[in-house]
Amino acid sequence: MVNTLFAILFYLATLILVVGVLYRINIYARTPAPLKIPTTPAPTTQTGVVLRMAREVVFFESLFKANLWIWALGWLFHASLALVLMRHLRYFTEPVWGWVVLIQPFGMYAGITMVLGLCGLWARRLFVERIRYISTPSDHAMLILLIGIGVSGLLMSFVTRADVVAVKNFFTGLMGFSINTLPSDFVLYFHLISVAALMAIFPISKLLHAPGIFFSPSRNQADNPREKRHIAPWAAEMEK
Amino acid sequence: MADIVAPPYRVIPIIPALIPGAMEGLKPFVANEKINTAIGFPGELVEDWHDKAIAKMGELLGKYRSLKVYMDACVHCGACSDKCHYFIGTQDPKNMPVARQDLMRSVYRRYFTMAGKLFPGFVGARDLTREVLDEWYSYFHQCSECRRCSVFCPYGIDTAEVTMAAREILDSIGYGQKYSNEIIGKVHRIGNNLGLPGPALLDTLEGLEEDVKDATGIDVRFPIDVKGSEVLLITPSADFFAEPHIDSLVGYAKVFHATGTSWTLSSMASEAGNFGMFIGNYDQLRKIAMRIREVALELGVKRIVVGECGHAWRVAYSFWNTLTGVGDGASENDRFAQMLQKQLDHRYKQPMHICEFTWDMIGQGALSFDKSKNDKHIITFHDSCNVARGSRMGDFAGGQFEIPRNIIKAVANNFVEMAPETTREQTFCCGGGGGLLTDDLMDIRVKGALPRMEVLQQVVDEHGVNFMATICAICKAQFTKVMPIYGFDRRMVGGVHQLVSNAIILGDK
Repeated sequence: MVNTLFAILFYLATLILVVGVLYRINIYARTPAPLKIPTTPAPTTQTGVVLRMAREVVFFESLFKANLWIWALGWLFHASLALVLMRHLRYFTEPVWGWVVLIQPFGMYAGITMVLGLCGLWARRLFVERIRYISTPSDHAMLILLIGIGVSGLLMSFVTRADVVAVKNFFTGLMGFSINTLPSDFVLYFHLISVAALMAIFPISKLLHAPGIFFSPSRNQADNPREKRHIAPWAAEMEK
Repeated sequence: MADIVAPPYRVIPIIPALIPGAMEGLKPFVANEKINTAIGFPGELVEDWHDKAIAKMGELLGKYRSLKVYMDACVHCGACSDKCHYFIGTQDPKNMPVARQDLMRSVYRRYFTMAGKLFPGFVGARDLTREVLDEWYSYFHQCSECRRCSVFCPYGIDTAEVTMAAREILDSIGYGQKYSNEIIGKVHRIGNNLGLPGPALLDTLEGLEEDVKDATGIDVRFPIDVKGSEVLLITPSADFFAEPHIDSLVGYAKVFHATGTSWTLSSMASEAGNFGMFIGNYDQLRKIAMRIREVALELGVKRIVVGECGHAWRVAYSFWNTLTGVGDGASENDRFAQMLQKQLDHRYKQPMHICEFTWDMIGQGALSFDKSKNDKHIITFHDSCNVARGSRMGDFAGGQFEIPRNIIKAVANNFVEMAPETTREQTFCCGGGGGLLTDDLMDIRVKGALPRMEVLQQVVDEHGVNFMATICAICKAQFTKVMPIYGFDRRMVGGVHQLVSNAIILGDK
């Protein structure tokens, strides 16, 4: 019974995540950007734009210029999350890829730094007047959810020692459309339900900043308006 | 108006504490029926404004990727929260860029997202009530669309795009701002923002020729509507009569004279400014820009050069090619753009900033200067927001910072920089841009100038700076009005080409 429920939950969450995000990306991609609005100074070539975007996505360049505290905490959280996610690939692959084996220890400790980063971000939200002012209940809830995921994950890694072999068996089973037994472990249940919730709200929440940045015209446009005419289809209609 | 005082300088530039509601009451005059209908907007707030506004918002979300992505992507990280000059000057939390965007984002969430429809309170979604609409009117006219916030946002969210969309929605339901809309009416009716008719313009230019002759003994011409000229100069109309703007116009004329360039002004397109951008209306933006295309075709000019004006240069550099074809690189079958692009001389950038023109000429050795003529000045340079963050000059990213400075250093001996976190792409707006340069917004203009005034005071104290050069008509007008309130001499502000004008050597070379 529990196994079936979790199976449905994860099929559903994955469906919402994938379809939802593709749907949003499709909207972003189809909506025209009628005017050249890169925030200058901006790269003048496409290669330059790719580099600018890479610096934004990997190093959070603009945020670094804005505020060192938010940058440090935000980057710590995101980099740790990336490591943690990569480490989790071991529960979905057999045999486990070599590089995933390699980062395993880093991924374990990244769980700790991830939670630390999140706590720091939440502290800012609670104690810095300006950020408290702009926070909605959902902003707090998002951090609580992520902290919950992180802490329950750490508990399983370092304290309660979840039966990861069985967990892996369950998820690799799901990938082949067969439902195996999930260990009855309440910390694990909490962890999995929270992750499914996060996946499901991804396409309808501020988590859309992840695909959104790639479509931000102030960051993804080359600064070449004099050299090349740029015009949106609806604007070109006016010239007919 | 007399009771407006400057806020005190911050001893150290700490982030100010919040004063909720500090600027709540501030509203610029609302455009009346005559002003609105003249440019195609409803005369007054329409009966069904709520539905119309939401429909307009939906339309804009489908037409502008910027708006769509910016509504979704913000994570409320707070990186922008202390970056706006109006927030620093007023301490009103709704002048934090993120909070200003949230005025619209909250409505977006309520009507266009599932979470906002189901759990409005949880995700900060709000109905569009009359109170919210009035709040929009107030706070979207406390943004100068300077883009400083977009420099710091990890996703590049540009509040200017949100402000423009909000003003576009307000205009579409008959709730537009008097100042901007009246000016747009004037530019269509008369040819420029100041409403200076052709004959008055001619008079002014003749007067200028006499003045320059008296001062230098040289016949520097100020031609207008001359067919077959090489260069068409499009400059803000303030250059024709406002102080200190006019001194830069004299500077351009002297540069053209000294380099033997045939040039002309136009009476029909006697305005570089384009307030269509301020109100975020593509139609108006395009119509106003089209005058330049028409004049260029009519006069058969080979080059189009733009005078010292910040937002005008953003429109010219970034948008003219899109709107009117003034530029290069239109596709072969783009007949609209090709018609003009075939006429223009592509050995030169189209359009070109007057600073690019002058710097090119200096590079070619076509100009000579007596730098000592500017020795009475200890000069600093205020980067104008639209030039700094919405355009470029020259061949490399950041040319818009180097070229004006290079010109100043070529024509004067004493140049110092202001604090680096307030110049170049991090420059502060003068406080009067984006359609706020009107007396009914004097309070916010004075407060918004605070961060610039603070660092100006520093270089005055440390280096004895007595001249702040800038290349924007709005900056010049704003500073001459606001600086006396901070205890500075209004004549401290001037154009880069005013300095060029002082030092240039005319006559036989």
